[in-house]
Amino acid sequence: MSSGINMLIFEQSRKGRTNPSQAPFERPELTGIPESLQRKKRVVMAETSEMQTVRHYTRLSKKNFSIDTHFYPLGSCTMKYNPRACNSLSMLPGFLSRHPYAPDSMSQGYLSCMYELQEMLKDVTGMKEVSLTPAAGAQGEFAGMAMIRAYHDSRNDDQRTEVLVPDAAHGTNPATAVMCGYKVREIPTNDQGDVDLEALKQVVGPQTAGLMLTNPSTLGVFERQIEAIAGVVHEAGGLLYYDGANLNAILGKVRPGDMGFDVIHMNLHKTFSTPHGGGGPGAGPVGVNERLKPFLPVPMVAYDGDHYSWVTEKENPQTIGRLSGFMGNAGVLLRAYIYARLLGREGMVRVSEYSTLNANYMLALSKQKGFDLAFPDRRATHEFIITLKRQAKDLGVNTMDFAKRLLDYGFHAPTTYFPLLIPECLLVEPTETEDKETLDAFMDVMAKIEQEARDDPEYVKGAPYTQPVRRLDDVRAARELDLVWKSE
Amino acid sequence: MPYIPHTEEEVGQMLDTIGVDSIEDLFDEIPASLRHKSLDGVPTQATEMEVTRLMHERAALDGQPLCFMGAGAYDHHIPAAVWQITTRGEFYTAYTPYQAEASQGTLQLLYEYQTMMANLNALDVSNASLYDGASAMAEAILMAVRANRKSKSKRILMPANVHPAYRKTAEAIVTNQGITFELIDYDHTSGCIDPASLPTEPGDFAALIIPQPNFFGTLEDVNVLTDWAHKHKALVVGVVNPIALAVLVPPGEWGESGADIACGEGQPLGIPMSSGGPFYGFMCCKQAYVRQMPGRIIGRTVDLDGKPGYTLTLQAREQHIRRSKATSNICTNQGLMITASTIHMALLGAEGLERVALSCHDNTRKLIEKLTSIDGVEVVFSGAYFHEVLIRLSAPVPEVMRALYAQNILPGYAIQDDYPELENCLLVCATEMRTDSDIETYASHLQRVMGK
Repeated sequence: MSSGINMLIFEQSRKGRTNPSQAPFERPELTGIPESLQRKKRVVMAETSEMQTVRHYTRLSKKNFSIDTHFYPLGSCTMKYNPRACNSLSMLPGFLSRHPYAPDSMSQGYLSCMYELQEMLKDVTGMKEVSLTPAAGAQGEFAGMAMIRAYHDSRNDDQRTEVLVPDAAHGTNPATAVMCGYKVREIPTNDQGDVDLEALKQVVGPQTAGLMLTNPSTLGVFERQIEAIAGVVHEAGGLLYYDGANLNAILGKVRPGDMGFDVIHMNLHKTFSTPHGGGGPGAGPVGVNERLKPFLPVPMVAYDGDHYSWVTEKENPQTIGRLSGFMGNAGVLLRAYIYARLLGREGMVRVSEYSTLNANYMLALSKQKGFDLAFPDRRATHEFIITLKRQAKDLGVNTMDFAKRLLDYGFHAPTTYFPLLIPECLLVEPTETEDKETLDAFMDVMAKIEQEARDDPEYVKGAPYTQPVRRLDDVRAARELDLVWKSE
Repeated sequence: MPYIPHTEEEVGQMLDTIGVDSIEDLFDEIPASLRHKSLDGVPTQATEMEVTRLMHERAALDGQPLCFMGAGAYDHHIPAAVWQITTRGEFYTAYTPYQAEASQGTLQLLYEYQTMMANLNALDVSNASLYDGASAMAEAILMAVRANRKSKSKRILMPANVHPAYRKTAEAIVTNQGITFELIDYDHTSGCIDPASLPTEPGDFAALIIPQPNFFGTLEDVNVLTDWAHKHKALVVGVVNPIALAVLVPPGEWGESGADIACGEGQPLGIPMSSGGPFYGFMCCKQAYVRQMPGRIIGRTVDLDGKPGYTLTLQAREQHIRRSKATSNICTNQGLMITASTIHMALLGAEGLERVALSCHDNTRKLIEKLTSIDGVEVVFSGAYFHEVLIRLSAPVPEVMRALYAQNILPGYAIQDDYPELENCLLVCATEMRTDSDIETYASHLQRVMGK
């Protein structure tokens, strides 16, 4: 193949090359617009043929790992198989061409799907009402914390200035609390991976607006004291926020609403198998209990037994408002709806069962192969943590080196260096859709890399060798910023 | 089992390896009092064949009306190649490119996207997308407050002719951080902000928002407004339509020194209307503010062998590193949408984008000519417009709309709920997708309805 494979689309450009069939043939004059508001210099774009363009982006696609091509055990991300039907059926012409402001009378198909999705999510989470509109997990978190704030404000309880976040939490949790105008206070974790309950009791008080918790936590274990934690926070007048990042692990087994949570978000791009798309779009619906219902973000969908309609600021005057121009990532919500219909109630329970089976099986294999585990005495949830602290110290080969070498063997690396409190960690989440032989092969490769690290540590530290590029100079990327291509 | 590959034999082997008798044993750390029994609110499982039938029925209910509605979502042609490539599994099912070596496809594409967007806006840099146009404007406001070193103010000047849903979104997202909005009324004759009406002593403010075109489709005097804001030490945030940028002065060239931040809705560039999402928000800015920009940013660098490659950069701004001190809580963006947009822009090129913009504008002019020839239909504002126009009817708009819905026509967006002073007005547009005969169909039905 020619050197063209690494060229940018702009470098393949030839002046005057166009694709006339992709725009109207006519080129009308720009009339009625003052000269001073017209563009003077033509925008610089690539000038390439349709075939060149198709070839270029098809070739680029081949430089990606993806679920469709590789095992992708990225912890806390739930990289499971995305059924193809969810894509093709959500892209039926009636759905694609629906204008967001089309009247209810021309939207009963779409609205019925959204209403039913709201109802299903209520049931699987044990919450009283659901709004689908947040565009991603982080926006769901924002909506949740904004509702907590609106609740306290509505009661003129203005002394609550702090949000409690365990040290194992996703970075989005503290960032969200700050976006809602709160100060963040971290709660330590005990040596078994549970929240340090005594430490929590010390800091909770009349200044506590709420606690943000992920359960199962990012440490790959179920928080066993959840009822006690809920009691402590509620006693002090705070509310409990559930980060649904790990809902996949407990689907149909235990519900956030029953654990005592007041408000939750779900990541449909994890648990409900909508695609991750190279970094989005996701969808982060929120669910609430009775007392937070008035504050839910709009729009939502209502049903009177005959007709589906929008719920807006008119019907919900106390809403925290809108988080996007229309209804968040509507097409992602459709994909989640289709997935939920395919799985049904039988399939949803199997999700948590087989994702947990796969994780515990890998954990058992890790023990057999002599890897150190962050919490060897605990059950894994749908994910678990290997710590390579010993290998880093003894062999000089660290977690990043293992991660890069895994790429050479055709496996995407697990999540590395997160959660921050476990040194040299790999957070491994196989999901329910992987078969036993893939899990076996992955653990065999992990053992093989460890052997390589003993025999020739420098070689492992130089990995990867088989990818389009070797390790990249991140320091240079941040220092000598090159974010936009410029012609010579 | 659907999407679960395990055979019974394998399950047995796996349980043996773990050392438990059943899958149920693996959930023994969950307190028994909390265990849930059954999901009665979820329908039973269905085959792909059954769900296919169901979804075809649902999609058919929504029909495919003739669309003269814009108001933030536009019906443009999308080349077949765009979504065929975008939905390749390698793009569709990858995640955020944390392992750069195994994600060079997505990363290079995003770098190309940043280049195209920066060029379109004539600004130095672009991020790799936000959720949508409305939330992008909210993030731009937060960014402007952080970035404006000459002002400590958290006051934002917000024209009333910025998209109402964008204003509501911004309020929901930024007001918890003490940011306040001061509404600037539009001139009721032109539909634009009248520069002459701006105060000579506006007081301290962080930024002025300038929509181009504004929600009514009319064009602001962006050059004068930009210079006015800069004179008062405020930043300028442009909210722009990317198709319009093919033919209108780009934000980076507004006034003497250009807008500081530009943002907007990326949907017109290759994204179907699909009930309003997923779309994506774009954001570009001057180099000086890049470290205040939210969202993922891709940089070009070199690998160990000196070969060029692409990676996520400036991550020190982001929540997974900075936690409570991050520029935003954003984590995932709209990667797949900008994959489509990048391919779309590459296929159309500058010439194609211009022809689309010119055709939309020309079709809307034809539409307005036809509609205003009907008795009782007039254009509301005198200002120059791009590809979208507010018309006033002498008949009650809700009734007219119902009559046109019955003809499978989306006649436009009624703005009365957002602007009570604009009673019986419809915001209409005709993209390059509407033919002369479509326009004729709309006009003849409207004439019939109005004549009743």
